[in-house]
Amino acid sequence: MRIKTISRSVDEFTRERSQDLQRVFHNFDPSLRPMEKAVEYQRALTAAKLEKIFARPFVGAMDGHRDGISCMAKNPNYLKGIFSASMDGDIRLWDIATRRTVCQFPGHQGAVRGLTASTDGNVLVSCGTDSTVRLWNVPQPSLEDSDFSSEKTVEPSAVYVWKNALLAVDHQFEGELFATGSAQLDIWNHNRSQPVQSFQWKNDTIISVRFNPGEPDILAASASDRSIIIYDLRMSAPARSILMMTKTNSIAWNPMEPMNFTAANEDGNCYSFDGRKDDEAKCVHKDHVSAVMDIDFSPTGREFVTGSYDRSVRIFPYNGGHSREIYHTKRMQRVFCVKYSCDATYVISGSDDTNLRLWKAKASEQLGVILPREEKKHEYNEAVKNRYKHLPEIKRIVRHRHLPKPIYKAIGESRVMNDSKRRKMERTKSHSAPGTVVIQPHRRRRIIKQVE
Amino acid sequence: MEVALEDNNPMEKVLPPDEQEIDVELEAKEKKYLRGEGANLETLKDKKLKTQLASREKLYGKSAKAAAKIEKWLLPASAGYLETDGLEKTWRINQTDIAKEVDKLSTRNQYDIVLPDFGPYKLDFTASGRHMLAGGRKGHLALVDMMNMNLIKEIQVGETVRDVAFLHNDQFFAAAQKKYSYIYSRDGTELHCLKERGSVARLRFLKNHFLLASINKIGQLHYQDVTYGNMVASIRTGKGRTDVMEVNPYNGVVALGHSGGTVTMWKPTSQVPLVQMHCHPGPVSSVAFHPNGHLMATSGKERKVKIWDLRKFEEIQTIHGFHAKTLSFSQKGLLAAGTGSFVQVLGDSSGGGYSRYMSHSMVKGYQVEKVMFRPYEDVLGIGHSMGWSSILIPGSGEPNFDSWVANPFETSKQRREKEVHLLLDKLPPETIMLDPSKIGAMRPSRRKDKPTRGEIEAEKEVAIEAAKSVELKKKTKGRNKPSKRTKKKKELVENAKKTFPEQEHGNVAGQKRRIGEVAGAELPTSLKRFARKN
Repeated sequence: MRIKTISRSVDEFTRERSQDLQRVFHNFDPSLRPMEKAVEYQRALTAAKLEKIFARPFVGAMDGHRDGISCMAKNPNYLKGIFSASMDGDIRLWDIATRRTVCQFPGHQGAVRGLTASTDGNVLVSCGTDSTVRLWNVPQPSLEDSDFSSEKTVEPSAVYVWKNALLAVDHQFEGELFATGSAQLDIWNHNRSQPVQSFQWKNDTIISVRFNPGEPDILAASASDRSIIIYDLRMSAPARSILMMTKTNSIAWNPMEPMNFTAANEDGNCYSFDGRKDDEAKCVHKDHVSAVMDIDFSPTGREFVTGSYDRSVRIFPYNGGHSREIYHTKRMQRVFCVKYSCDATYVISGSDDTNLRLWKAKASEQLGVILPREEKKHEYNEAVKNRYKHLPEIKRIVRHRHLPKPIYKAIGESRVMNDSKRRKMERTKSHSAPGTVVIQPHRRRRIIKQVE
Repeated sequence: MEVALEDNNPMEKVLPPDEQEIDVELEAKEKKYLRGEGANLETLKDKKLKTQLASREKLYGKSAKAAAKIEKWLLPASAGYLETDGLEKTWRINQTDIAKEVDKLSTRNQYDIVLPDFGPYKLDFTASGRHMLAGGRKGHLALVDMMNMNLIKEIQVGETVRDVAFLHNDQFFAAAQKKYSYIYSRDGTELHCLKERGSVARLRFLKNHFLLASINKIGQLHYQDVTYGNMVASIRTGKGRTDVMEVNPYNGVVALGHSGGTVTMWKPTSQVPLVQMHCHPGPVSSVAFHPNGHLMATSGKERKVKIWDLRKFEEIQTIHGFHAKTLSFSQKGLLAAGTGSFVQVLGDSSGGGYSRYMSHSMVKGYQVEKVMFRPYEDVLGIGHSMGWSSILIPGSGEPNFDSWVANPFETSKQRREKEVHLLLDKLPPETIMLDPSKIGAMRPSRRKDKPTRGEIEAEKEVAIEAAKSVELKKKTKGRNKPSKRTKKKKELVENAKKTFPEQEHGNVAGQKRRIGEVAGAELPTSLKRFARKN
């Protein structure tokens, strides 16, 4: 006869001294955990609800400008700083952490329409309707900056006067060049008072310029004749162009996949293109109900933020057709510029109501130092939510966003319009000879032609 | 590719036999952790979803493998056992023999507490097996810490106690007394008097749902949420008085055994039973559920114990010859049955059905009231008319506990933390259903695929063939004439054809269209453009 029974001595299963950690034991046997799936579902539901409860994206507003914000620029070398410029010619450097102006750059006579900083963060370039390009030396942040009682002012290091009002500027990622958009596209060097190179585009105005983050010689621009043009600085003519049905207000290259860019269009949609193949968009990002004014990619390249004339800011996944998030407040007016912070945690929007607003990129994210246990819990919650996201109860909670009444109504209206358009199209197709009417996908529908 | 295969094959052969054995063992264990078959991804059309799910399935496989390895190598304790040599039989071994063989610590679990004045006793253990609650019929309630055999609190309520049950931990317990049931705290303070349910015969607590279920003397089943105190459901069973009630730990379904021999299963969200099984010709005296939820044991007054498969609702086994007043399954699947002064433990060691494993007879005259295995220990608690006893049943308990599920060595801080987590994970009453794995799954689309015309045709053909080949019986009195036989056969074929009416309808439509096409030739020229072209 052989016998063994379970016998546990207390010493083996408890800690020796009170300073020790408690001993824990695992047994992953499913039979010890009855109804584990129901429990997990319940956790997912709780996590979805908690996410809603903790969704407080608005961090604060930065006020100081006396006119609508027209453009912003990130300082690639300094996380806390952001430049903003307004319609009355005022340029400011803000400290995001304290949400105060650190420094002002006076000089522009009319509206400032373009703002960019060099990659090393030393030079700020601004341009405006007063037909001047101004270069500024950015004051280096130091410990003394913590004294906010006195706002410094900086004199421009160079002022270059040009023929036309300038509407856009962007600095090259590696190199000394920057491009401005006016009646033509001009390429400037820091040290020359005249552009080093100029491109004419069919007597039309260039309204936005953006250099490619991967290839320093490639830039995308959009013009007021509704076209998007890709230039190669090594060539004398534009490399390719896409003519669309509506104007493109702004362009952003995906920093992680630098061959792709997304265009913020006047029709309220964003169009993601592959820069090498422009006969159709890769993805159409719909949700805004009015013109999209500005767009900026997250440094991770997985998301981008858009600001729209419908007084809202939205965050889209780079490959998703609809936005993940919408931000709005009662007081926020038309959004003219948006930026994703360099650490992908915040979104900054500048609007017509003279304020810059700071938002969290993930509305319910916990800020500050997170303990490892908290981190684990967040990860677990994320995972269970992801697992049950298709179930109706959880889907409804996760997807729900409160919309301002005008946007809600406009969405309803546009849905009716789109439906009737689609119905009409279908009827036309069914009453025509087969093959004569082809319904184009939305990715191609808004493109009139493309030129190599 | 072929070269690679050739390279792989000898590698597999090279594995030493013991390692192969381990592989087989690990695979069997892995299956348990996979929790069923993986999703069938072949039918999916969405490529993106397919790759996402494939990677997730891969992850499940990996974690199951890791869990299997942990079970094989890292768990601190192994299960108890009782093995015999030669002619020795396990059921002949009594507690004194066991006491000689096992270690000192285990022998402390063999004892009889004699309390002749308050008997018969009902027992309940907490989920971790650390605490025991004993309720004597004559009003004696005792809360005992089983680890150090310490009597935590003992009260005399001064009236009949019919049943006792722990709530989610050892801090609270409920007792069904003469007129009402009460909830007491660990130190014996009466916290609540539950008047709504009437005089309760049996109390059970559903741990995941925080529901206190009770059946009262007039056959009403009540579910009360102990966190908010609201009565979730009160159901009139309509089957008369019963004191046989058990909770299926797998899905939270409550089973009642009735005097008519039926066992009914209930959930709080429905007024009619989920299942009614006719189990015994006479009254059902007790019901017990296997912890994995697939087996149910019932015993009837006609001296039979039956084992049922709850997936098919079929009887698997009948054990003749004894009637059990009380039944209990252990964590490892042993079945204890108590009747009179005799306790029988049945085991399913070979997988071929339950058979005698151990037995224990108490002193003559003791009447066993309740048997219950202590979780995470090889111990069977027996409540009887003269107090309560505890005996060793090797191999009954789960040797390895999980600190986050039920920890016998829980500190008060851990207990408080656990309580919060339990409350956060509290399930709504709607999650009680026969198959809890359906929770969190999508309902398959209800629309059935319409059979195609070809399939209907083929089916019809088969039916007609079957009708033709029917062998007619030999009849008398002129009904066996060839004419009658052919007529009969024709009728059969016609009947077989009639079962496919849509098919006929479809044909008619087809004919109509054809007529239209033919007519198209004679249409006036203005209408000719509408005629179907082929």
